[in-house]
Amino acid sequence: MSIFEYNGSAVVAMVGKNCFAIASDRRLGVNLQTIATDFQRIYKIHDKLYIGLSGLATDAQTLYQRLVFRHKLYQLREERDMKPETFASLVSALLYEKRFGPYFCQPVIAGLDDDDVPFICTMDCLGAKELAKDFVVSGTASESLYGVCESMYKPNMESEELFETISQALLSSVDRDCLSGWGGHVLLVTPTEVVERTLKGRMD
Amino acid sequence: MECVFGLVGDGFALVAADSSAVNSILVHKSNEDKIMILDSHKLLGASGEAGDRVQFTEYIQKNVHLYEFRNGIPLSTAAAANFTRGELAQALRKSPYSVNILLAGYDKDIGPSLYYIDYIATLHKVDKGAFGYGSFFSLSMMDRHYHSGMSLKEAVDLVDKCIVEIRTRLVVSPPNFVIKIVDKDGAREYAWRETIKDAEVPTA
Repeated sequence: MSIFEYNGSAVVAMVGKNCFAIASDRRLGVNLQTIATDFQRIYKIHDKLYIGLSGLATDAQTLYQRLVFRHKLYQLREERDMKPETFASLVSALLYEKRFGPYFCQPVIAGLDDDDVPFICTMDCLGAKELAKDFVVSGTASESLYGVCESMYKPNMESEELFETISQALLSSVDRDCLSGWGGHVLLVTPTEVVERTLKGRMD
Repeated sequence: MECVFGLVGDGFALVAADSSAVNSILVHKSNEDKIMILDSHKLLGASGEAGDRVQFTEYIQKNVHLYEFRNGIPLSTAAAANFTRGELAQALRKSPYSVNILLAGYDKDIGPSLYYIDYIATLHKVDKGAFGYGSFFSLSMMDRHYHSGMSLKEAVDLVDKCIVEIRTRLVVSPPNFVIKIVDKDGAREYAWRETIKDAEVPTA
């Protein structure tokens, strides 16, 4: 089993009309044993910027701590929050620093920039950015997620429809992956509010 | 075949561990205490390579004490857990410790809590956790019988059920277990569950 599949994870982000949604599964496992069913994979950087870290849980936690540190320093120096594009470049640089001993994580970054235009991107464990206009996926269930998102996605969905779409996409993909699942965590971010919901799926 | 498991009850947290010190096929002793009392209200149950286990847990204990001496107040359980994870994470890519840890503590404002810390520094706050081959049996028993807010009697009954399961079903099961508890009155040894009594070592 590969090191990326040690803990099991699924993360997806989608763009809607002036909003975005980012979702993850809730399982924390050790190979085939499930340790916890309430693990948090999506972290807040600031009110309009979220990062979901799939892959090895320990590296996700370390990487998150380093990113929060760098963002807080940025806030102190620049007296403002980081733009999503800038943050994505920061994550990419941090990951590539460890080119020959990488963090075993695949981040999914989702944010609203200053004009409230949604931004999403993903990258591999070495920091190769992949910008997308519609959706990005990562984790052990990524292949299923690609298929389901491609079928279910429509551009310019309103927030409620976007929430339905991303929830169904996540739940049906993790049902085909034994290493991820045990429910879902969805964050729906619009310029005015952030709605956090927990999904109940197949608990297995 | 080291077994450590723990759970959170109503106003207390319990940690149970086997007490055999084994080297290949030889059992050195059957009354090894693998649950360290970190400070007045914290327990650290550890399993893994013998040298690493003792060295790492003593290192954590001394640092927890140092904080209390320097600052006049003890560390919170969450802070101690994050410190432990940080030490494991720093050592991970240099010279890793092969120690799995269950950290139980009681804070006046939060109540009891239990932290699961993997040998690769995965940190997660849990209600019930277990390590080792015994975890396959104890986690399943706890999934069946655990509910939040268990009384001490119910919790000890559950621990005994887990021990019986490990003794019946694990091929080289450890003969003796120690149970320690932490609640508002502090961290202390609760009971031993022995089937083999070691000869007492005369003290120097």
